[in-house]
Amino acid sequence: MKLKAPESVFSSASFCPGCGHGLASRLIGEVAEELGIQHSLVTVVDVACCSFNIDYWKFDTIMAAHGRDIPTAVGVKHVRPGSSVLAYMGDGAAYSIGMAETIHAALRNDNICVIVINNSVFGMTGGQMAPTTLPGEKTATSPKGKDPTRYGTLSGVELLKHMDIAYLARGELVGSAGMIKAKKLIKSAFQHQLKGDGFSLVELLSPCPTNLNLPPVKARDFVHNEMTKYFPTGVFIDKGGVE
Amino acid sequence: MVEIICAGFGGQGVLTTGLIIAHSAMMLGKEVTWYPSYGSEMRGGTANCTVKISDGKIASPCTKKPDIVCALNAPAVDKFESSIKPSGYLFVNDSLVDPQRSYRSDIHVVRVPMSEIAIRLGNPKGANLVMLGAVAQHTGIFTLDELEEQVAHYFAKKGKVNPKNADCLRAGAML
Amino acid sequence: MAKELMKGNEALAEAAIRAGCRFYSGYPITPQTEILEYLSWRMDEVGGTFVQTESELAGVNMLLGAAAAGARALTSSAGPGFSLKQEGISYLVAADLPAVIIDVMRIGTGLGDIAQGQGDYWQLTRGGGHGDYHTIVLAPASVQENCDMMQVAFQLAEKYRHPVLVASDAAIGQMMEGVELPPMTEHDIDSYDWAVRGCLPGDSPRKIQNTYYTRPDYVEYLREKYASMEANEQRWESYMTEDADVVLVAYGISSRISREAVDMARAQGLKLGLIRPITLWPFPVKAFDACPKAKAFMTVEINILGQMVDDVKLAVSSRCPVGFHGSFFSLPEPEEIIEQAKSLMEKEGI
Repeated sequence: MKLKAPESVFSSASFCPGCGHGLASRLIGEVAEELGIQHSLVTVVDVACCSFNIDYWKFDTIMAAHGRDIPTAVGVKHVRPGSSVLAYMGDGAAYSIGMAETIHAALRNDNICVIVINNSVFGMTGGQMAPTTLPGEKTATSPKGKDPTRYGTLSGVELLKHMDIAYLARGELVGSAGMIKAKKLIKSAFQHQLKGDGFSLVELLSPCPTNLNLPPVKARDFVHNEMTKYFPTGVFIDKGGVE
Repeated sequence: MVEIICAGFGGQGVLTTGLIIAHSAMMLGKEVTWYPSYGSEMRGGTANCTVKISDGKIASPCTKKPDIVCALNAPAVDKFESSIKPSGYLFVNDSLVDPQRSYRSDIHVVRVPMSEIAIRLGNPKGANLVMLGAVAQHTGIFTLDELEEQVAHYFAKKGKVNPKNADCLRAGAML
Repeated sequence: MAKELMKGNEALAEAAIRAGCRFYSGYPITPQTEILEYLSWRMDEVGGTFVQTESELAGVNMLLGAAAAGARALTSSAGPGFSLKQEGISYLVAADLPAVIIDVMRIGTGLGDIAQGQGDYWQLTRGGGHGDYHTIVLAPASVQENCDMMQVAFQLAEKYRHPVLVASDAAIGQMMEGVELPPMTEHDIDSYDWAVRGCLPGDSPRKIQNTYYTRPDYVEYLREKYASMEANEQRWESYMTEDADVVLVAYGISSRISREAVDMARAQGLKLGLIRPITLWPFPVKAFDACPKAKAFMTVEINILGQMVDDVKLAVSSRCPVGFHGSFFSLPEPEEIIEQAKSLMEKEGI
């Protein structure tokens, strides 16, 4: 078997060492090519770390305002229903500033794919506490550890579980098994969109060694051992399947 | 320039009355404006609208001194009687206003039991049309025939053809 | 062509359809909600998209997506809701995207009130969002102009690849007048090479983002863009300004009443004139060259502080006094405007 980088992804990505974004970017490129949608796909990326992808992908791409990726993507999809449309954002965008946008796109069952990179912190701004920060987790704005009596820990997937949407899943960008699984989740989400089933959201737990102040291997372990306790992986909604 | 205020309870067809006046005048080649009370102002149960009719351009769609007030209930009389220009017209729905009530002597007061007439003609929602008939008869802003044509046109467009509408107009014009 | 009796807000909506607009996303707020109500069924008829969004923020960002995909796209709001649109307007400007945003102005700060007003001049003309930018702002003064200016708004938006704002107000929005509707035009979403649609092999991917990232000449480009708008897009109407001692300056509904005040004052031997800005930005400074006899100017606005006064002062380089007649909650009255003009003349010894 010959390993080959997808042509849809430029090779010059400069995410931090050990960051999950680069892995997700590549998986999305591979999926787009396998599904043959790489020439019609329009991506919408959030500002901050997600926005680097505007220069890594060979897709038509919009850089949206923070947390407004989903409505932006919905606007594109209405005008270009023949294009596959992806909104790519972090947990801060999806579950903090853009929570209303996430929930209401799900409520309308808008036919787009959403990929949320959940690294438990606000990455680009320097590792501040997010709704996804674990109880006790030290961040730049919770230096003594997140106080669960003041700030809860939010699972966006849990909130969306009972909504009438096409697809909902969570994976982790950790280890080869995690990567294979994550790719499958991404692919399923796009397949649902191609079938016209509506809203799909895939959350990918992702290491952020820089802001967790951990070496890449330890950051990976944090995702796999700690984050999954609060954010279990799996497929939660798969309306009618994709096969 | 003729300035008209129509006022009454929500549901009495107050805004429609003004709309028919404005539309009829427009079809006769006049410049018109129609301006409603809107938003939360409408939610309290009373409604009003201002209609202006002119040969030339109209500046403001509002007026503080109307020539004509069409009052479909007593609060409408209370609110607008004092604002009418001397020699102006006040059309009163006598069915819903105290018959003992006294009015300004420097204006024309036309009292018509509009609700009763409308009910008698089997068109209980047509009190405002009785009012319109009276307006055509007394003010001359349009003839009864012109009005009848426009009313038919207005309701036909809404898919609500009702021959009793014309009966209401004519009954109002007879008084 | 036969006239139709239409509400100002409905005329804006129908005119947008006839200008080839096939995408609307917005949120209800008085006094502009008729725009949503009308487009909720009308977009269906023409095969367009209407989305009632969860907020103004979602509305304006959905508009951004539609505009980036090449559609003629519209959103609308009023006062407090328009403040929320500013985030998206700043992003539309930054990414060189054409779109039209309507503000049916109301009165007051904070919640203020739904009453007729001209409370948003500052947030419309100053580049109300973050960063340094302006947008062309068109101010219709009648239901007919609501129709006519929607066509112009979309044309200007595309000419400059820039959002265009339409500053309507509650009085014009809620009022009905006779209108002649423009003919239907169609818009091709593939007219513009830059619109996202999918990147074919061998092509460079299209990127909709702040042009600062992609244009080495960013600073010069922007300065030239705004200079070009200021040079070419000033629009106004002058009425009896040649011999006027005092020139009123008013836009939108206030300009109609000011014009009546000019006629009434002239009948009394008082030489008033009127400049009516049709573009609030670029402000029509050129109009002020044609007032050779003017000894004072006075803005007529429906707000408390006189939001347009500073623009008039700049336009006349402070060579004349600039007064202000403001009404709050109600429309101005011609008699009051004349009285205020008289007291301004007395104060300034004219």
